Amino acid sequence: MIEIKNLTVDLGDFVLKDASLKVEEGEYFIILGPTGAGKTVLLETIAGLYPAKSGQVFLDDQDITNLEPEKRGIAFVYQDHVLFPHLSVWNNIVFGLKRRKKSKEEIRETANWIIDLLKISHLVKRKPATLSGGEKQKVALARALVIRPRALLLDEPLSALDPETKETVQRELRRIHDQLGLTIIHVTHDFEEAVSMGDRIAVIGEGRIVQIGTAQEVFRQPNSEFVARFSMARNITVADIQDGEGECAFAYVGDTKLEVVTELRGKHRLSLRPEDILVSTEPFKSSARNSFKGPITHVLDKGSILYLTIDVPPELICLVTRRSYDEMDLNKGGEVYVTFKASAVHVF
Amino acid sequence: MRQILRHKLTIVFLFFGILILLFILMPLVKMVIASDAGILWDTFKDDQVRDAIWLTIKTALIATVIGLILGVPLAYVLARHNFPGKRIVEGVIDLPIVVPHTAAGIALLFIFGRKFFMGQLFEPLGIEFVGAEPGIVVAMLFVSVPFLVDSAKEGFKAVDPRLEKVARTLGASPLQTFARISLPLARRSIMAGSVMMWARGLSEFGAVIILAYHPMIAPILTYERFESYGLEYSRPVAVLLILIALVVFITLRTIVYRGEKS
Repeated sequence: MIEIKNLTVDLGDFVLKDASLKVEEGEYFIILGPTGAGKTVLLETIAGLYPAKSGQVFLDDQDITNLEPEKRGIAFVYQDHVLFPHLSVWNNIVFGLKRRKKSKEEIRETANWIIDLLKISHLVKRKPATLSGGEKQKVALARALVIRPRALLLDEPLSALDPETKETVQRELRRIHDQLGLTIIHVTHDFEEAVSMGDRIAVIGEGRIVQIGTAQEVFRQPNSEFVARFSMARNITVADIQDGEGECAFAYVGDTKLEVVTELRGKHRLSLRPEDILVSTEPFKSSARNSFKGPITHVLDKGSILYLTIDVPPELICLVTRRSYDEMDLNKGGEVYVTFKASAVHVF
Repeated sequence: MRQILRHKLTIVFLFFGILILLFILMPLVKMVIASDAGILWDTFKDDQVRDAIWLTIKTALIATVIGLILGVPLAYVLARHNFPGKRIVEGVIDLPIVVPHTAAGIALLFIFGRKFFMGQLFEPLGIEFVGAEPGIVVAMLFVSVPFLVDSAKEGFKAVDPRLEKVARTLGASPLQTFARISLPLARRSIMAGSVMMWARGLSEFGAVIILAYHPMIAPILTYERFESYGLEYSRPVAVLLILIALVVFITLRTIVYRGEKS
């Protein structure tokens, strides 16, 4: 278990303020944030490689804020692997074991265990410079895991990989995590990666932790415009919320009246995910309370999916698959119906 | 080659480059070629000459070893850390390059002379500097150590600090990290700097002559023979010195830069 309490880290250009979070034993925890938000430095502070200005870091209830990094047993894997270039793959892997004064027998056994786990036995004699990105990543992982760390910190572990390798490594990371019951903190700027990998996510931005929650919580119920934008909710606007019928409230966006489910009243923000909006050429009969008509003002083609901008008003960004787009014979300028549930609108 | 000659500017630059190369090579080559092999051999058999050459090589080597022990840690600190006055420290390290060497010799005399601080400090140990080998070493060290420190510093700077950070998280102490990661990775720059330092020490004259005319190192012997007997007598000594320095220099450079491409 890793806990940080009111941690403040001075980065020269800006400050990461008052960060607190608790990562449970065996949890796969994601720290999500844009580039330059101080994610790497936060990880380095947890590992003891960067001094904290104030606040504390705990590892299994032990205060390790001032403990030397070599005494923490927290392993670190950087984005671009950072293998020791002058050592063979084997010597990279056993580096940590040798520092622990283990017997030769024990070093060989432990190294072979991790080499088998990651299936890299064919690489051991090679030098890092001759490895591919995916191979380097596995060796870097092996080097970190072989010391049986109490926690593993991953700094953008997938960013330097091509899409195909990325998926493989992603599965591999999850498998190793589950198999070893390891506590992992994984830093990324990629929201999809965060949702697919993490048990819980901490969103970091503008020098502080903005929201902590399960992937679904952050995805469905962003607590701020920053998180909503970062999780690509896309439709974010300000509305005046007033009493409605029964459980529902009315949200006025300009002249348009939306039905929403919320206790909040007055001026608030709304977010609505593009994939929660149904697009049709005919009025759609359903229990969904919100149905509007408008022209398609913009089409963003992403290959298998398309983002349509439909001017209700307000302008709503909706997602359709390539197949429905073709079947409905949609075009820029054409009039369509948009339908979404009152509960799909998140008010905050 | 054809690629290089395509541009007129490159041809002009190349022309200037060739002039400076000829300027360096012509005097050296001419002196070597004009020497008679028999006379060279006779000179080499001259005990005084041999002692002087050996003394030069030895003292320059000792100066380099001292430079390694004292200079490499400083180079590492300068490469890794920022602190107030760092620029000043770096300037101080380069100072011997700009100080005229005879002036450096006189300045050293004020510290290492018998009546002065270092001279007194080492006297009980039986170490004397003026007119003795330690004096030669001190003079060489003074004028040549910047080459080693600067080169080692650049070598350490080129080592990704994250390599050291990873090593620390894997359980290596700062000293182990230095010995296992930083030092091996900066090795080539340190060796190249050592070769430069040694070569610079080998050729030192001005500072050494002030501290120790005797025992006589090769550059001073060359000078003495030139002064006392003229050009003809001094040339074989000079040629021998050049040849030996060249052979050692080329050998060491080859070792240092071997595998640079791979």
